[in-house]
Amino acid sequence: MDLYVVQFLTGLANAASLFLVASGLSLIFGVTRIVNFAHGAFYMLGAYIAYSLTVRWQTPLGFWAALLVASAAVAVVGVIIETLLLRRIYNAPELLQLLATFGITLIAEDAVRLIWGPEDLVGPRAAGLSGAVSILGNAMPIYDFVLILLGPLVFGLLWLLLHRSRWGLLVRAATQDRDMVNALGVNQKWLFTGVFALGVFLAAFGGGLQIPRDAVTHFMDLSIITEVFVIVVIGGLGSIGGAFLAAIIVSQLNAFGILILPGISLVLMFAVMAVVLVLRPWGLLGKQVVRSRIAALPDVGAWKPFDRTGRLAVSLAVFLAVLLPFLLGDYGISVASEVMIAIIFAISLQFLMSVGGLDSFGHAANLGLGAYGAALCVQYFGMSMELAMLTGPLIAAAFAVVAGWFCVRLSNIYFAMLTLAYAQILWSIVFQWVDLTGGDNGIVGVWPSEWAASPNAYYWLTTACAVGVVLAIRYLTFSPFGYSLRALRDSPMRSATIGISQRHIQHVAFVISAFFAGLAGVLFAFQKGSIFPDALGISTSVDGLIMVLLGGFNTVSGSVVGAVVYKVSSIWLMSNTDFPRLILGSVIVVLVVLFPQGIVGTSQRLLETWRTRRRLGEANVGAPAQKGGVA
Amino acid sequence: MSDALLTVENLSKSYQGVKAVQGVSLAVAPGELLAMIGPNGAGKSSCFNMLNGQIKPDTGRIRICGKDTTGLSPERISRLGVGRTFQVAETFLSMTVRENVQLAIQSARHGTLSLQSFFGNLGRKSAAEADDILDLIGLLGEAGRSCRELPYGDIKRLELAIALAGDPKLLLMDEPAAGMATRERMLLMRLTSRIAKERQLAVLFTEHDMDIVFEHADRIIVLNRGQVIAEGPPVDVRMNADVQAVYLGSGALYKQEH
Ligand SMILES: Nc1ncnc2c1ncn2[C@@H]1O[C@H](COP(=O)(O)OP(=O)(O)O)[C@@H](O)[C@H]1O
Ligand SMILES: [Mg+2]
Repeated sequence: MDLYVVQFLTGLANAASLFLVASGLSLIFGVTRIVNFAHGAFYMLGAYIAYSLTVRWQTPLGFWAALLVASAAVAVVGVIIETLLLRRIYNAPELLQLLATFGITLIAEDAVRLIWGPEDLVGPRAAGLSGAVSILGNAMPIYDFVLILLGPLVFGLLWLLLHRSRWGLLVRAATQDRDMVNALGVNQKWLFTGVFALGVFLAAFGGGLQIPRDAVTHFMDLSIITEVFVIVVIGGLGSIGGAFLAAIIVSQLNAFGILILPGISLVLMFAVMAVVLVLRPWGLLGKQVVRSRIAALPDVGAWKPFDRTGRLAVSLAVFLAVLLPFLLGDYGISVASEVMIAIIFAISLQFLMSVGGLDSFGHAANLGLGAYGAALCVQYFGMSMELAMLTGPLIAAAFAVVAGWFCVRLSNIYFAMLTLAYAQILWSIVFQWVDLTGGDNGIVGVWPSEWAASPNAYYWLTTACAVGVVLAIRYLTFSPFGYSLRALRDSPMRSATIGISQRHIQHVAFVISAFFAGLAGVLFAFQKGSIFPDALGISTSVDGLIMVLLGGFNTVSGSVVGAVVYKVSSIWLMSNTDFPRLILGSVIVVLVVLFPQGIVGTSQRLLETWRTRRRLGEANVGAPAQKGGVA
Repeated sequence: MSDALLTVENLSKSYQGVKAVQGVSLAVAPGELLAMIGPNGAGKSSCFNMLNGQIKPDTGRIRICGKDTTGLSPERISRLGVGRTFQVAETFLSMTVRENVQLAIQSARHGTLSLQSFFGNLGRKSAAEADDILDLIGLLGEAGRSCRELPYGDIKRLELAIALAGDPKLLLMDEPAAGMATRERMLLMRLTSRIAKERQLAVLFTEHDMDIVFEHADRIIVLNRGQVIAEGPPVDVRMNADVQAVYLGSGALYKQEH
């Protein structure tokens, strides 16, 4: 009994920091409609700066002053980012917003390593609050009690700010009614900036609060952001009260989950989130957010299968790819195999994203399931590579049947966050279930069959798979099924009224996409001879997103080009710089802002403009312009 | 009316306390054009959205072809032979005009998740069928063009083509001509009316232009603040004092007389 009381109190103390971060995220989303992936980075930055200050100012007042100063400093950083970057992408598709803010996260991670070094930092206890009191025979830090009080206090202050000030009135109006925001005119810009600054301040403050309890690390951004995403999804994006409620629920799940089984808490959290989303898709206290994706889609012509020229070009490219082993050495060929695997992974994501309009932020789940599925079959059943190449994808697909059932009930940002959570849950299971998966040590000794063991043979195998998968996905894209899937993306309302069932179609697409990503996973495992939990990590998912974005997310298979360019350059970067994340992050941000249509998207557009101009030129010579004309 | 194709009894819907539709009853017979008119915010679009399953009514019954469809999903209702157009056009912008119609045909014929829907393309047979419909609507010349390139008036016509694609028995047209020029509006409604008579379709439509309403509607139902304030043949409705009161000042009801 005593233990439960203590766990309960610890849970409440944990909730404080989570609530601060989550309420900031929710506020920002409510007004700007941006899901700020960089929120975890601001939390981390707040912790690092506060660490440096608290080490110097070790007095009771100094501790709190350090937190406030650090948060204000991070808020200034936030304002700079908002004015320079976010203002440009408020009307961009959500995918781009998520990616841009993720890019900032990457930059922040390396910046932190540059400034504070790679080691974990352990901060001082809060001066004057470092003691403990005995609760039913268990020692509870006094600091925890301060946190327990602080959560409701901040909630109260926020409530007052939102309900008793003119500024708060504007914020609430903007959250509830989008047209209202536009009516604000010029003030809108500064309202957005102000809200962003407040949200970032809260996140940074939440980070600082953790110093006396936990080490400061450059991983803390991603671990908090997953939890906070889950919280805002459960509570309802845009709702502060919801964030408060959900922070407590999640913290208590964590506190009590640990008593049952270490590591179960993440699964519990996921389960609660899934149930909430199915019963109340907009969260416990949230409201439905209507946002059309179409308005933001770049303007291109109707999708077409390859014509004669296109098919010829593709055949030529495949032919050259097959000849590659005669040009490259072993190292080059193993890079080329990686590229082929990346192509499979990217095109399977593109099918979901570009055709289906479903932006998955957890595609790594499918790759990881395929890879681990195959590796486990090899390890425990001595399965051959050929058979594993079938079972791996099937395992990924089988999991997707279950996960997809939940995911396709959601749209846009909620879909992105649920898929992200899906991958994170799998990652933590794989990481923690050491007996089965080897945890951090991974599974080793996953080698290909003899006939495919040489680098060249393996390259031809991956090439055959890549060509097969790309063709299969293109074929599916132009099958009636693919048209229905794209129809749902173009206009859900129109689709419903011609009898296309959104959930069924998207569920099937989710499973198909998982199957192919699973194949990429199997090939990945056999190429490396091993598999580690990273394969399921956020960065794997984001790799996929960048490849699609780089190729062109509004193209049928631009990600093939995206995969080649991205994989080759990132392998080169990895071996030539100490701060790859800094570079990668900057590249993402630049891509999103300057080059959102990607390589293939942009070239197609140029080509189309050129053709139209030529056609119009001819038309002008011949008949008079058609009624209506070409827009 | 027992031979009605669509019967609606006592339909109501509120949004957070706003009574958008209150106790609306109506019926449409095959081959009949029923116009639903009323000022902005009267609840017309809300009625349409309930009829095709987009939103669930708070109370009331909807029967289509004798089947109770209250609370069914839009997909199910569309399979019963209901086509609909939207006040703000909804088409598939990444497809050609022909493909828009083909997909509607395909979906109505075979569903979209049959095994065969994974193989082949939208098909030559449906292409020919789609071209027939496009010809009827006068869009055949644009069949191969990307939907995104069309002027808005043509997109509205394409909506009608899509709605006709599955051989519907009932057409729900919410402001089919909104955003079109007057002449185009007239032509579109004339065409709709002709097709409805030929194919014995039941049509429920809304339209702001009273000339068009009085010319083409067999009957008119007038909504104001969610309630039916008048119903009957055009002559009766035009004389109705309540209706005149609602439209007073706008002069809309009298426009056609000069
Ligand atoms: N989704 C909604 N949420 C809240 N109120 C709505 C919604 N849709 C319509 N309304 C309200 O219901 C009433 C009827 O609207 P509508 O059916 O669009 O009328 P009409 O099509 O006749 O112009 C209006 O007062 C409108 O503001
Ligand atoms: Mg309307």
